[in-house]
Amino acid sequence: MENMMGIINVDREQNFLDELTYFRCGAAVPFLGRYRLVDFILSNMVNAGIFEIALFVRNKYRSLFDHLGEGKEWNLDRKVGGLFILPPDWHDPSDVSVGDLRHFHNNIDFFHRGRAEYVLHAGSQHICNINFEKALDKHVRNNADITLIYKNVDEIQEEHQPCHRLEIENDRVTDIYSGGDNKNIYMDMFIIDKGLLMDLVNYCIAHRKDYFFGDAIMARINDFNVQGYEYKGFHGVINSIRSYYKNSMRILKKENYNSLFHEDTLILTKVKDEVPTKYHRESKVINSLVANGCSIKGKVENSIVFRQVEIEEGVEISNSIIMQRDKIGKNAVLNNVILDKEVEVSRETTLVGGKEQPFVAAKRASI
Amino acid sequence: MSNEIVAMVLAGGHGTRLKDLTDELAKPAVHYGGKYRLIDFPLSNCSNSGIDIVGVLTQYEPFILNTYVGHGSPWDLDRRDGGIFVLPPYVDEEGRNWYRGTANAIYHNIRFIDEFDPEHVLILSGDHIYKMDYSKMLKFHKEKAADATISVIEVPWEEASRFGILNTDENYKIKEFEEKPEDPSSNLASMGIYMFRWEPLKKYLIKDEQNEESSNDFGNDVLPMMMKDKKRLFAYPFEGYWKDVGTVESFWEANMDLLEDDSELNLDDPGWHVYSRNPNLPPHFISPEAEVINSLVNEGCVVEGKIENSLLYYGVSVGEGSEIVDSVILPGVKIGKNVKIKKAVIGEKTVIQDGIEISCQNGEKIVLIGNEEEISVNVL
Repeated sequence: MENMMGIINVDREQNFLDELTYFRCGAAVPFLGRYRLVDFILSNMVNAGIFEIALFVRNKYRSLFDHLGEGKEWNLDRKVGGLFILPPDWHDPSDVSVGDLRHFHNNIDFFHRGRAEYVLHAGSQHICNINFEKALDKHVRNNADITLIYKNVDEIQEEHQPCHRLEIENDRVTDIYSGGDNKNIYMDMFIIDKGLLMDLVNYCIAHRKDYFFGDAIMARINDFNVQGYEYKGFHGVINSIRSYYKNSMRILKKENYNSLFHEDTLILTKVKDEVPTKYHRESKVINSLVANGCSIKGKVENSIVFRQVEIEEGVEISNSIIMQRDKIGKNAVLNNVILDKEVEVSRETTLVGGKEQPFVAAKRASI
Repeated sequence: MSNEIVAMVLAGGHGTRLKDLTDELAKPAVHYGGKYRLIDFPLSNCSNSGIDIVGVLTQYEPFILNTYVGHGSPWDLDRRDGGIFVLPPYVDEEGRNWYRGTANAIYHNIRFIDEFDPEHVLILSGDHIYKMDYSKMLKFHKEKAADATISVIEVPWEEASRFGILNTDENYKIKEFEEKPEDPSSNLASMGIYMFRWEPLKKYLIKDEQNEESSNDFGNDVLPMMMKDKKRLFAYPFEGYWKDVGTVESFWEANMDLLEDDSELNLDDPGWHVYSRNPNLPPHFISPEAEVINSLVNEGCVVEGKIENSLLYYGVSVGEGSEIVDSVILPGVKIGKNVKIKKAVIGEKTVIQDGIEISCQNGEKIVLIGNEEEISVNVL
């Protein structure tokens, strides 16, 4: 889809995952065994044939850069287009823009150089496997100025509370607001005509506005033809440790696994060349998601195990998330726990978190 | 520009005794170890040994192999100067085309090698399983001021007559070379890994090509010729895991070797990654009903049955109530519910319907099911 370019704007996604975001931005947080949050939106864009993609980042982006590189795994190492990670190194003396408008203002060349007529703008917190080609088709067919993508959820959960909701009449978005019982959760993804985007950026800057979505779209909903596009597959919002944990566990239901991971639209990530995981004789693993390169001698139940994890004899892990290169010593017991990368749990240790509020160990902790 | 060394990987072999495993597939492209293809071993060895000019000579059924090798990025061999080059046979001015033997294949590519003007050339097989640091072999080769160095491994005496056998003096200088001797006088077997100084090798390749009687093979023709001319030939002793999987049985065994607790091959070595082209599939899913014992499971698998002493390659699914024992299940195989499989190798993307049983009655032979088959009757 050469006609659309992508912006992944993670400017406002900061510090929402406690220990997990001490040293990295939200987009770089490891998720579901081998991914980082950003992989989902990035892969969805690439699967729709979008090959000019910029990332607006604000801070703590070292691990994000390390993960994405030049975008090879996503087929974004291109001569024309490709992946542009745009950190906030801004020196325009005439710059009067504020808030996330600064990204648009200082990277205006990215928009001018791109050949696409449409721009898809998204965050990284809404986990899904979505077909953006269909969304653009509808945008064009309905002569929309802006199309907002949403999920109609079965029930409002805690993590939906802070999300924007869409009031929709015959596909037309008539109001956007937060809170309440409205089940149309805005997924922080919109499609806009590039020309209109440029005009609205200028409008916001001229009026000293600091939040593009709020000031240019929410506040001016009646000035444009704003349409809704409903996404129907697996959807999870990651905006707190509780929602991170809950949505990780949801993937242990086979129908959710199948909905998020299907073969024709793969979620792509950085490849590590790990060996297949070794299940030793004494291991017992049930209802779990396990990545490559692990050695498992203990018991694992209802858990997510990332790459290169070592689980010794007698260990009992349940309802937990064990990240890359963690080492769990003999007879340790872990329940309702999230261990960030490279954590070592010594033998005979017991760690138990709350059922909905798991215990979190920061990266490289030694317990 | 001159270079120290160029590696040439002979990857045109058919591997007839692997039967359906090499159906429409060159032997070096055969899957191994849950996620690899055989050619990953020489290519990863080159990459890890710092050899960054690698020619891959293809001939038999090259399509999958060619696309797999591509421009070499999985092995970090996509280089501006050098990198990986797939070298298929071509028609030259004299109308010669197919590669007729290992030496003839290199002869055909003299111009390719000359382009890089190397001091040494390393000849490798594309279908052996081993981890080897070629830079150590090069150091040995240079220290001995050898014209040719042949990597050797000690094999059991009773198997020695299956190999090319070398006799050396105490400095590893080769005194005698016998191809598959009936009555071997040594158990040092050639691994089919040859390092030559390019200058003499080129001369011998040209000379060998002019001899119409020659079978144009390194072991049969070129090395004996160099021996006769009293060239400096040395044996480089290699210790460690090395396997040439020639048959379905040895293919199965080589896979099972990886289930040993201290597998000699140790693929999980952070200092020596074996690279492969990665399909980037999700972590595998082990269902509440599943049981996995002493097995290797790769990404993209969905396991709802029982797996014991087996390898599941990527993207395999096993339905509820199924039992897989002592088996090797190649990529993308779909196994239905209540299936029983014992001591079998199941080919890529094959579909096995519910309730099917696959095993050999006397339990000795390995059952082989080919690629992309649809199995709806028991195979006993």
